[in-house]
Amino acid sequence: MKKTMMGNFAASWGAQLSRAQVIAAYPITPQTLIVEKLSEIVADGKLDAEFIKVESEHSAMSACIGASATGARAYTATSAQGLALMHEMLHWAALGRLPIVMANVNRAMAPGWSIWADQNDSLSQRDTGWMQIYASSAQDILDSTMLAYKVSEQVLLPTFISFDAFFLSHTVEVVDMPEQEEIDKFLPPFNPEYKMDVKDPRSFGALTDQQYYYEFRYKMQNAMDEAVDVIKEAGKEYEEITGRRYDLVQPYKCEDADLILVTSGTIAETTNVAVDRLREQGKKVGNLKIRVIRPYPKTDILKTVEGAEKIAVIDRNISNGYHGIFSQELKGALYNETDIPVWGLIAGLGGRDVKVEDIIEMADKTLESDSPQDIRWEGVKR
Amino acid sequence: MAKKFRTDGKPVKVSGAKDLPPMQASLGLMTHNKTGSWRNVKPVINYEKCINCFVCWKFCPEPAIKIEDEKPVVDYDYCKGCMMCAEECPVDAIDMEEEGK
Repeated sequence: MKKTMMGNFAASWGAQLSRAQVIAAYPITPQTLIVEKLSEIVADGKLDAEFIKVESEHSAMSACIGASATGARAYTATSAQGLALMHEMLHWAALGRLPIVMANVNRAMAPGWSIWADQNDSLSQRDTGWMQIYASSAQDILDSTMLAYKVSEQVLLPTFISFDAFFLSHTVEVVDMPEQEEIDKFLPPFNPEYKMDVKDPRSFGALTDQQYYYEFRYKMQNAMDEAVDVIKEAGKEYEEITGRRYDLVQPYKCEDADLILVTSGTIAETTNVAVDRLREQGKKVGNLKIRVIRPYPKTDILKTVEGAEKIAVIDRNISNGYHGIFSQELKGALYNETDIPVWGLIAGLGGRDVKVEDIIEMADKTLESDSPQDIRWEGVKR
Repeated sequence: MAKKFRTDGKPVKVSGAKDLPPMQASLGLMTHNKTGSWRNVKPVINYEKCINCFVCWKFCPEPAIKIEDEKPVVDYDYCKGCMMCAEECPVDAIDMEEEGK
């Protein structure tokens, strides 16, 4: 059934369709609508879930950890400073191997106080052991929620779905809602082998000495590696139900491209339009949207960029003191594998609009350039 | 993994990652770890004053106060000497004695 909805509500309905059993959240702009809608859904009896109001995001994640450890399907949502406050518990959820799913609305970190789109919040959590999805449409947010539970519960790692503040969280789009019956078949109840259970008492996360901690990190890495295939399998199965295919990357007109732009989030959608216009001018440009950054889709990226002459990564984030984060990750993946030059472009920090014309200009500048750059500040007022 | 991993309080003996559960689950059941040796001061219940209200049993964070024959009894194998029982006792029936005297 097709409906019009804001990106935020797509997240709420994704949690409802996934039959989340425990929802614990603290409000923060621009995430608030997600949990407001969920509290309504639970209060109306449309979803059989515990809705826990907490005093902070640290507590929200802690409540989800407790719930997930008992085998419940747990959900939360946050943004920027809220995600940062969760940081300690993000590690706890991942190393505890708890398949919690969360929506994170990408918002710039303060100060200066900002509520607008920027990926530095979620990318600061890159090494916590969470799988990270970057959605670029409301449909993507809804579908990714179900897909995230499907994958998370198989590999026992949590997932968050990030999407841009306001450009996506507060923009209304047409979304195709799958039938509950179909989702129930796709996503059966969660029943983990190890859980907090009075009939099988055990301690979780207790003191682990030098002899065994290392092995748990090793097992987590294996789970991330396995997740690459599990994401692909889940994507295929989901396509059979809905006709929509999801993968770790989404290439657009990359096959014969001289220049491949590498993007994520809403900039990816804008770039598809820019690519069409550039193609009309006879310029062979493609767009590689990175949908999942953890696990890192190295094989898919190498396969897609093979044959390209140039790559330009557009980052709505910056690791100050080094480069854009998607750009440094991509360069790391290409090293030893190809010698395609890479340009690192910074754009749209703090929610500054990145328009189709801006992307066309970025592509043109890169096509004309002979010397790759680690960092090029697009649209900065010097 | 054929059998669910358990340690049942015994120290862990595994050859490697393949023998471990995905997460740290039941590796650290600490009953074998007698934390009573950490104690500097020792609670001693004066049963002449004790009114059997079990406030000490309720407040003990370990729990190292057990109920035996309907009386609170300190389990010195695990009592760390935090003094919470002595602090909470409404009739001052718990004395803290220095260890190692």
